[in-house]
Order: sequence, then C-alpha cells, then structure tokens
Amino acid sequence: MADEEDAREAEQLSDTQKKEIAKWFLLNSPAGEIQYVAKDVRSVLDDDRVYNEAAAEAFPVLITSFGELEENEFLDPRTAQVAIVDHVKQACIDVRPATDEELPSPYIEEFRCSLDAEILKYVGEAYPKGICSVYCSKGKDVEGPGTEFELVVVISAARNSPQNFCNGSWRSVWNVEFKDDVQILELQGKLQVGAHYFEEGNVQLDAKHECKDSTIFQAPEESAFSIANIIRHHEAEYLTSLEACYTNLPDTTFKDLRRKLPVTRTLFPWHNTLQFSLTRDITKEFGIGK
Amino acid sequence: MEAAMGLMRRMPPKLSETALSALLSLLPHHSSDLLSQVDQPLQVLCDVECGKEFILCEYNRDADSYRSPWSCKYHPPLEDGAQPSSELRKLEIDANETFAIYRDQYYEGGISSVYMWEDDNEGFVACFLIKKDGSKTAQGRRGYLEEGAWDAIHVIEVGPDEDGTAHYCLTSTVMLSLTTHDESSGTFSLSGSIRRQMSMDLQVADGHLCNMGRMIEEMESKLRNSLDQVYFGKTKEMVCTLRPPAEVAQMRIPDS
Repeated sequence: MADEEDAREAEQLSDTQKKEIAKWFLLNSPAGEIQYVAKDVRSVLDDDRVYNEAAAEAFPVLITSFGELEENEFLDPRTAQVAIVDHVKQACIDVRPATDEELPSPYIEEFRCSLDAEILKYVGEAYPKGICSVYCSKGKDVEGPGTEFELVVVISAARNSPQNFCNGSWRSVWNVEFKDDVQILELQGKLQVGAHYFEEGNVQLDAKHECKDSTIFQAPEESAFSIANIIRHHEAEYLTSLEACYTNLPDTTFKDLRRKLPVTRTLFPWHNTLQFSLTRDITKEFGIGK
Repeated sequence: MEAAMGLMRRMPPKLSETALSALLSLLPHHSSDLLSQVDQPLQVLCDVECGKEFILCEYNRDADSYRSPWSCKYHPPLEDGAQPSSELRKLEIDANETFAIYRDQYYEGGISSVYMWEDDNEGFVACFLIKKDGSKTAQGRRGYLEEGAWDAIHVIEVGPDEDGTAHYCLTSTVMLSLTTHDESSGTFSLSGSIRRQMSMDLQVADGHLCNMGRMIEEMESKLRNSLDQVYFGKTKEMVCTLRPPAEVAQMRIPDS
C-alpha cells in the first residue's frame, strides 16, 4: 500500500543519494589517503555497485583533467602516450601511443617541449618528489604565428608517511596564455597546499593562493626560460608567505581565539575570586591597573 | 562502525558536520554510537529571560529541551525536566559565574556554560563548555581571522570525599579552526581537534571549583601549546618537506 511504501522510502536512502554521499567522501579525502577513505566508504556503503559508480564519477576530477581524452584515457604529452586507467583499482591498466590527432601541431609542440624541459629542471631542483607535466589546453592545432594558444603547467608533489601519521600535497597549476597579437605571455597560477597530521588528534592545513604575472612573447626556448623563472619566483615567495603565517600563529592569529595568559600575565586566581565579584568592566580595569 | 570512525578522522575538520550527517544517513542503526563518539561544534541557545546565551550539549539535555545554567529552565519548556540537587545547583551557579570571568580573561569574549549532575557513585560530574568565535566580524579583537572558532568541552568526574581527598578525572576536547586571507599568502586555513585526559587526587578543602578550575586551566594551556607547536608545526614541517625553502635549493643562473 502507498503508506507502507512511503515509509520504506523515507527510511532508506535512494541509490543516487548513497552514491552522492560516497562521492562526497572520496572527493574530500586528504591527499594520499584515498585508498584508506575508499576502503572505509566501501565498508560503510555495503553496496559494491553503488560504490563503483561513485568511484568512477569522483576520480576523473582527481587526475588532471587537462590530459583527459576520454573517460578512462589520459594523455602524457612528454612521452606521447596514452594511459588507460581503471578508476576503481586506481591503476593504469594499459598504455598505447597517442595518435597524431591527439597530439599538438609541431609549432605548438616546440613551445610545449621547451617549456616541459625547463619545468622538469625546476621541479627537479625545487621539489624532492615532484612530478610535472605541460599540456596544450587551447589551440593545439595552431600551425604557425598569428594565433593565440595556451599551455598549462601542472606540478604536483605528495608525501605520505602514514607511519608518522602525516601526509601532505602540493599542487600548482599555471595557465600560460601566449597572446600572439600583443606579443605577451600572461601567466595565472593557482597553488594549493594541504597537510594532515593525525597522531592522537586530527589537524589539517588547507592553503590556496592565486597569482598573476606576464612577460614578453619570445622564441620557444627563451619563453620557456622566462616562464620557469617566473613560476619559481612566485612559488618560492608563496612558501615564504606560508612560513610567515605559521610564525604569526602563536602570538598573533591564535590570540584572537585564545590568549596564552590573561592580560595580568598570571594564572587565574581560582581561590580568590572575591576580587571578581563585581561587574566585568571593573574586572578589566583591575587587570590593567595591575 | 570502525570504517565510519576512520572516515571521520580523515575528513577535513571543517567538514565534520556534513560528514557526520552523511554517516548518520548511511548508518541509521549506529546513530547513537556515532553521536556519542564524534565531536561536533557546539550549538547555542538564548535564555531570553536572562538575556544570556548558553551552550547545548548532552549534559543539559532532557528529551528535546535544554536547561539554561542561568535560569535553570528548560528551552523549550519541559515539565519535570532533570535538575541537579539544590546543593549541587549552588555549586553550579558559582561555577558558571567564576568560569565566565576565567573565560573573559583568556578568550576576551565568547560564551561559557557549566552543568553539573549527581552520578551513581556518590560523586558528581561537571561539564565546562566554551565557545569562541574569533573571526574579525565577531569577537576577534585584532581582526586577523577571516574565520575562527574554538570549541572546548571539559568533562570532570569527581569522586566521593575520601579522608579529605577526592579523585578528579578530566576529559577535554578542543575543536578549532582558523582562516586568514591576504594578498601575499592567499587563503590559509588550519583546523583540527584533539582530546586528552588528566587525573588528579586533590584536597577537598581547597574547594571543588578551585580544583576543577586549575585542572581545566592547565589542560587548556597544554592543548593550546600542543596544537600550536606540535600539530600545526607538523603540518608546516610537511610543507617544507614537499618544497624546501629557497635557501636550501640551488638557484638557477641563466646560461647567456
């Protein structure tokens, strides 16, 4: 009867709702902990079919979308190969060479390749365990000068130490617009850093930053050199700012939440609260007067 | 259930309310376990009669109503709602007044509440709560924080008087989050929660309030320092491991 059915529907979540919840957990998982989160979500869901659907929908967002050709195929421009990925197993199941249509034109490839080489050098120096890639996001079929195109630099570094209860990730994405008409390169960087420490507690850092810069449009090698230097400069500056944020914590930012000690610079006089039997305003005067 | 707790540990602390709702809808049969084991930011109601706010928790709840520590009345009104004994109520009133001043000294604002009730072992249990919104639009004095919240829950079990000494067992939970935002560093957000325990045997003659107060003060300072140095420090260490500061890395010199 309608009443009974309504009651059952109200109690149980629809498969779509369950899938959305599972996706939410997967997408919000801290860097490097996806396998653990995936395992827990699977266990809580207790429904493999719904879990597989959620995983397939959640994971494309995590691997860079710039290299995505089809739902399961990702282009690696450096090796001109395409990796076929199984989202559920989070593994690459096959590799094939990329076709000519999937790769950029020789004109674009010259720029892409020079930039890739410079970025590789930079990442090798700056990030102990970084990986990077340069994709063409706009105008990959441009044959020669006269048209705009855009390259994207993706840098990623992750450190997982579950035995030390600590994980972290650094992700930066730099869009470089090659504006042929004004002979200018415009860069826009989006940096994102995360860290998670969870020994007898649970603390997470989530930091984001956006920056812009520009330089002149030069030949592939010179452009690549400039771009890499700009990126290096901004990323190093950002790291310094982050360190400053941390240094400010104990005495400045944290103070807005809780002071280390009262204004009196002594512990609270629990045994002698008669002095506080009047209103709070007088208490403040008392504290400052001391 | 273990998987559910695993998820709660890994999800960003700022999203813990959403995560908990999600888990409650996926695992309705485990709702009481989930609610008792997972820490959630504190909610607040206003005692209109006294013009003061009070904090809600399991310890001042009866059915769907919450008892105000100021008027001792349930909101919404409840007939025969649970009440502490008149003796304990006196201590409760004292504790609320004193704790409010303590709170003001350390937190320069915020809301506090203390609830007490008799337990089965001739002792009693007291719950001290603090909620501070440190964002610059609320009570962040110096305006550093876009968003900032500190929620502290201290539950002390006080044993019976044995030859002038009583056993105090404190379990403290602190949940905090802070976000700063500026041109050079973008958005910087730290959030987390920790829980610790401390037990002491103290002289009853010093006064229960004094004994409990000192334990809480010591514990809060320890937790604040721990969060700041250890926990936040570890995340900073991790960032510097991912990308060591420029002094450590080589600078590249142009070939030409």
